[in-house]
Amino acid sequence: MKKKNQYKMKTKHLITMMTILCLGLIVLSLSTSFSFAPVRNVLGYVIVPFQNGINEVGNWMTDQKNGFQSMKKLSAENEKLQKQVDELQAKNTTLSQDQEELDRLRTLYNLDTDYSEFEKVAAQVIGKDTGNWYSTFLINRGSSDGIAVDMNVIADGGLVGIVTETGAHWATVRSIIDDSSNVSATVTSISQNCMVTGDLQMMDDGKIRFIQLTDKEDQVQEGDKIVTSSVSNKFLKGILIGYISEVSTDANKLTKSGTIIPAVDFNDIQEVLVIKELKQQKTEDVTSEESQTPDDSTTPTPDPTQDAQEDEKQ
Amino acid sequence: MRRKLILAVLILLAFVLQGTVFQTLSIASIVPNLLLILTVSFGFMRGKKEGMFVGFFCGLLIDIFYGSMIGFYALIYMYIGFCNGFLYKIFFDEDVKVPMVLVAGSDIAYGVLVYGLQFMLRGRLDFFSYLQHIILPEMVYTVLLTAVLYRPLYRLNRWLTENEWEGPKLP
Repeated sequence: MKKKNQYKMKTKHLITMMTILCLGLIVLSLSTSFSFAPVRNVLGYVIVPFQNGINEVGNWMTDQKNGFQSMKKLSAENEKLQKQVDELQAKNTTLSQDQEELDRLRTLYNLDTDYSEFEKVAAQVIGKDTGNWYSTFLINRGSSDGIAVDMNVIADGGLVGIVTETGAHWATVRSIIDDSSNVSATVTSISQNCMVTGDLQMMDDGKIRFIQLTDKEDQVQEGDKIVTSSVSNKFLKGILIGYISEVSTDANKLTKSGTIIPAVDFNDIQEVLVIKELKQQKTEDVTSEESQTPDDSTTPTPDPTQDAQEDEKQ
Repeated sequence: MRRKLILAVLILLAFVLQGTVFQTLSIASIVPNLLLILTVSFGFMRGKKEGMFVGFFCGLLIDIFYGSMIGFYALIYMYIGFCNGFLYKIFFDEDVKVPMVLVAGSDIAYGVLVYGLQFMLRGRLDFFSYLQHIILPEMVYTVLLTAVLYRPLYRLNRWLTENEWEGPKLP
């Protein structure tokens, strides 16, 4: 006790010590063997309830605002919707017939199951990344709801991102528009693979970039659909990513790149679905292999996203 | 003790608000940096040591929830708090101009550091585009918010200091 009182640490020494502590933490978190999960979990218990609460208040306020919409508008809308219902009902009958046929043909051909058949968990977005550099968000479902790292997240029928961390009642999701996100994808019209990478510079326009598309016969057109490819080892096959809005030939004259308009409106995500199906069961060597993939982690940097690299195109 | 508790609550509050309410208040998808305001204000009002700790814990929270490299933001915020602590000597009144300038400088330093360490090294070399679209807008928004938030923080600090003085006098 006495010693402690006599020795008062100087600020100079304190900052050196704290710097070393931070650097140590960085090194620790870069090494794969060490996990900060317990710390995350404990803090999650403190933070997540607050975020949930604030979110609830926000939703309530939105509801109130919507409740004040004029009756006139609502009745007009009702009429319009009624018409739409009739139309859709007619459509639905024909579609359900088609569906039956499809099912029959699928079983006939032994086709893979569609992602729409997997079990999903609905979750609410309760918080977003505090900075402006990355695009990750928190959802209010976690490992206790069966969510695990690397599960795919969708909304509005399109791919939103992938789960990167889980706590008991929360999980963080890295969206595909995040600057460090890479997804291998397929252009359905020509069945060629490419990489879809998020780009901060395009985030404002609500677009994402695709690169390394081979298209020798110049068949790719604007408006072509891009879905996740089967070569990806984290993303399930066939989830819609978006539609091509621009294509240009790269300087090497071999590959093409361009921009995609994503199917999901990333400015306004409130509810997402987490697909409770992992592309492959996790093994230790998968992560170590991945950290060496070339794509954009070629520089030996303290890149926080190394383990986030998606697989390279074959 | 009370100061520490209130600071902890303040940091948590800033973090939660920045992740929720301020996301909806974002202008052109730019969110002001509340935690930076907190770090700079306390570094400026209370000196190097406290600025350093406030910064460290602010950064650590970001690291734990949104970063994949624990310690990175903690280090940056810690040094921001520390550096602002050097100006503790000139701190004397409620004047909001000095902290605004400090926040502006700190936010730019923060932006440049994050860009330099996480984007440039990954081959994203278009610095001016990032400066124009991320760093400067964030700086402007954060400085504006400082003008609103500095005075309440100042009053809180004064209140805490006054109460502290009373504390040790008791037998």
